[in-house]
Amino acid sequence: MSGIAMTKAAPAGEPLLEAAGLAKHFPVLDGFLFKRRVGAVQAVDGVDFTVHAGESLGLVGESGCGKSTTGRLVTRLLEPTAGRLTYRGQDITHATRKQLAPVRTEIQMIFQDPYASLNPRRTVGEIVSGPLEIQGLLTPGARERRTRELLEIVGLNPEHYNRFPHEFSGGQRQRVGVARALSLEPKLIVADEPVSALDVSIQAQVVNLLQRLQREMGIAFLFIAHDLAVVRHFSQRVAVMYLGRIIEIGDRDAIYEHPRHPYTHALLSAVPEADPDDDGRERIRLAGDVPSPLNPPSGCRFRTRCWKAQDKCATDEPPLVRLDGDAEGHLTACHFPQEPTVADRGHDVVLDPALAALEGTEPPREPA
Amino acid sequence: MTTVTTPQPRPEPPAPRGTGDPFLSVRDLRVRFATEDGEVRAVDGLSFDLERGRTLGIVGESGSGKSVTNLAVLGLHDPRGTTVSGRVTLDGQELLGAPRKRLEKLRGAKMSMIFQDSLTALSPYYTVGRQIAEPYRKHTGASRHRARQRAVEMLGRVGIPQPQRRVDDFPHQFSGGMRQRAMIALALVCDPQLLIADEPTTALDVTVQAQILDLLKDLQRQTGTSIVFVTHDLGVVADVCDDVLVMYAGRCVETGTVRDILKTPEHPYSWGLLSSIPRLKAPVDVPLRPIPGSPPSLLDPPPGCPFHPRCAFRDEVAGDRCATERPQLLLTGARGSACHLDGDRKRAIFADRIRPALGRRPEAASPAAAGPEGPDADRTAEPEADRTVADEPAAEPEADQGEGNR
Ligand SMILES: Nc1ncnc2c1ncn2[C@@H]1O[C@H](COP(=O)(O)OP(=O)(O)OP(=O)(O)O)[C@@H](O)[C@H]1O
Ligand SMILES: Nc1ncnc2c1ncn2[C@@H]1O[C@H](COP(=O)(O)OP(=O)(O)O)[C@@H](O)[C@H]1O
Ligand code: SF4
Ligand code: SF4
Ligand SMILES: [Mg+2]
Ligand SMILES: [Mg+2]
Repeated sequence: MSGIAMTKAAPAGEPLLEAAGLAKHFPVLDGFLFKRRVGAVQAVDGVDFTVHAGESLGLVGESGCGKSTTGRLVTRLLEPTAGRLTYRGQDITHATRKQLAPVRTEIQMIFQDPYASLNPRRTVGEIVSGPLEIQGLLTPGARERRTRELLEIVGLNPEHYNRFPHEFSGGQRQRVGVARALSLEPKLIVADEPVSALDVSIQAQVVNLLQRLQREMGIAFLFIAHDLAVVRHFSQRVAVMYLGRIIEIGDRDAIYEHPRHPYTHALLSAVPEADPDDDGRERIRLAGDVPSPLNPPSGCRFRTRCWKAQDKCATDEPPLVRLDGDAEGHLTACHFPQEPTVADRGHDVVLDPALAALEGTEPPREPA
Repeated sequence: MTTVTTPQPRPEPPAPRGTGDPFLSVRDLRVRFATEDGEVRAVDGLSFDLERGRTLGIVGESGSGKSVTNLAVLGLHDPRGTTVSGRVTLDGQELLGAPRKRLEKLRGAKMSMIFQDSLTALSPYYTVGRQIAEPYRKHTGASRHRARQRAVEMLGRVGIPQPQRRVDDFPHQFSGGMRQRAMIALALVCDPQLLIADEPTTALDVTVQAQILDLLKDLQRQTGTSIVFVTHDLGVVADVCDDVLVMYAGRCVETGTVRDILKTPEHPYSWGLLSSIPRLKAPVDVPLRPIPGSPPSLLDPPPGCPFHPRCAFRDEVAGDRCATERPQLLLTGARGSACHLDGDRKRAIFADRIRPALGRRPEAASPAAAGPEGPDADRTAEPEADRTVADEPAAEPEADQGEGNR
């Protein structure tokens, strides 16, 4: 790619980043002068996953389920409350700034908001070469050459070196953010909703760019997004989060064609497809919203919205395990999993009381 | 080729089309803003009709003029610095230039709206129940007690649990999804005949969006309300709309039924939108096909066709007309597009170059699915286009596998 020599690419498939029992609890403080800790938001509460060299692991789930917090833990922008984080075999869970320095260059982040994440007072050249400068790499002349190269890689005109962020459109600004993330030749990019602030026609430009980087430079991605179709397009493996936990993880085919967790089924069923003939999918309509992570339900966290919940679900937390008949690496946390198909089997699941009343169906059971 | 223009065998919902006058009619609407940098032509000659009980989707990227159009219909533009011209009639009554008092009376009663951001639309200072009951009292003259009952009833209808109790909550005590439901309750409390919903689910999670969209559809079935539904999401369009208007740079570039727009679109911009979105059932190993460039500035829109700087097909139009001459929206009935490419050429390009890459399930394109009237529907078909359609299933092995997995 554009004559950029990639150094010491880790062999594809080798574990690059491993999270084990990773957790982040934010204290909730109350009181006027003397703040008292009255509880904790369990933003991320014990997640296990591995990102292999060169692969893209997608992270999906609804607002507040802990996706961004997970991303910020992985890049060590946040200090984990519990658990272990390993990068290429090295424990970085509580590594100091100094210990982290070499790793920091290899893990980069791309943010959702291409407007807020770029300093408006610095030129595009300064922004993209910033990480090289901070690390004291290359001479000023070589830095500028490299920066122009990076601009070209992400599809910007190298002539734009001296322009300011406000002179660019949203999609172009996101490219600037990508160029900056590439400057230190990262091995892993954590992309937190990298396209959701962009217009539909522009989203595809940025998705294609990231995909090209993944393929041609062998960069691994932790790709965070709430759009299930974008994640499917971009990620070989996908983890579904709910209230701070991973409730199902597996390769693309497992999650999108043979999901087992009721929540994964509900999510997929809710995605509207731009095809008037898109029938043949099961219809599941949940009731209400996601409960507060301040006080998550006992046992299975999905049980307050789950139509299959039984007593056991309130008392026993279901472990994330491989179920009978599932593919290797496909793990599900549910006591009473769904059939591994998303096809319509003739009966809708409509839990929303208003919908059930209007449609003359009874909700399958009283909401807990 | 024939299948491209033939309605699919599945019957259209039996909504009346072309019967009598449209309920809402917009003609040559223009909205301009005077700004420091110059005049912004936010809406530039827009016309559309909406019939009773139907849903018209307005799609387009941000800044294409969707919200400005709706604010003009509702008479909510600040007259200072804004010039609005054209005609907007609701049930035969002219709205543009109507006295403020009359518009106020219509808003909330005969027509109402739901916005994207329910936090700014609901006042933080009054209870949810009061905000629903007040307009009801104002427009129907009901007693305070009756209006409160009505608020409870509406909250229950839109699925707020324990409405008797929650009616006295303030908006911040509701979750995002509940606030959007409360907005729907507020919008529907006076049984409006026209509902304008501007990106009502864009800020919501996908499972909550699905609940709200179904709720709107079910309520519409019950009440017969006409809906203008603004969105940038073609999936949402497929889910809720009967008819669609595609906007670009303040103009309508294509309009038709939801099937027309999603199955046999004719405008290069519509092709671009469809080709650039990832789908749950599309092959994953091919890159998406983005629209190059970005939307134009409305301060200084491109001459000719506003889409020409981004269009891959302008070379197919002789004499660089795309850059010089504004294409008119040519309608046949309620179907049409604004593009200089001639009809056969558009259909051929779509069949040969656009549709094969959409990764749709093949049965929609197979000759058998064309239905009995298929072969007669379009005799202008070019022979090579015919072959393309026949070849299509073979060209889409991934889609085939997707079927096999189910
Ligand atoms: N600094 C913080 N202090 C307190 N709570 C926080 C903090 N950051 C995040 N949270 C809470 O942690 C939970 C998870 O937040 P997070 O930002 O990870 O969600 P997310 O999955 O990225 O959601 P979205 O899709 O909305 O971006 C939320 O309930 C959020 O309110
Ligand atoms: N009050 C205003 N003053 C100046 N320009 C405006 C105003 N309101 C909207 N615009 C401009 O009009 C265009 C269309 O806006 P809008 O209808 O809000 O787009 P959307 O299709 O995203 O809803 C945009 O370029 C926007 O910046
Ligand atoms: S464990 Fe129980 S409550 Fe949780 S998803 Fe499975 S069936 Fe539903
Ligand atoms: S008029 Fe020309 S530029 Fe505009 S959409 Fe048609 S072919 Fe493209
Ligand atoms: Mg987030
Ligand atoms: Mg808008």
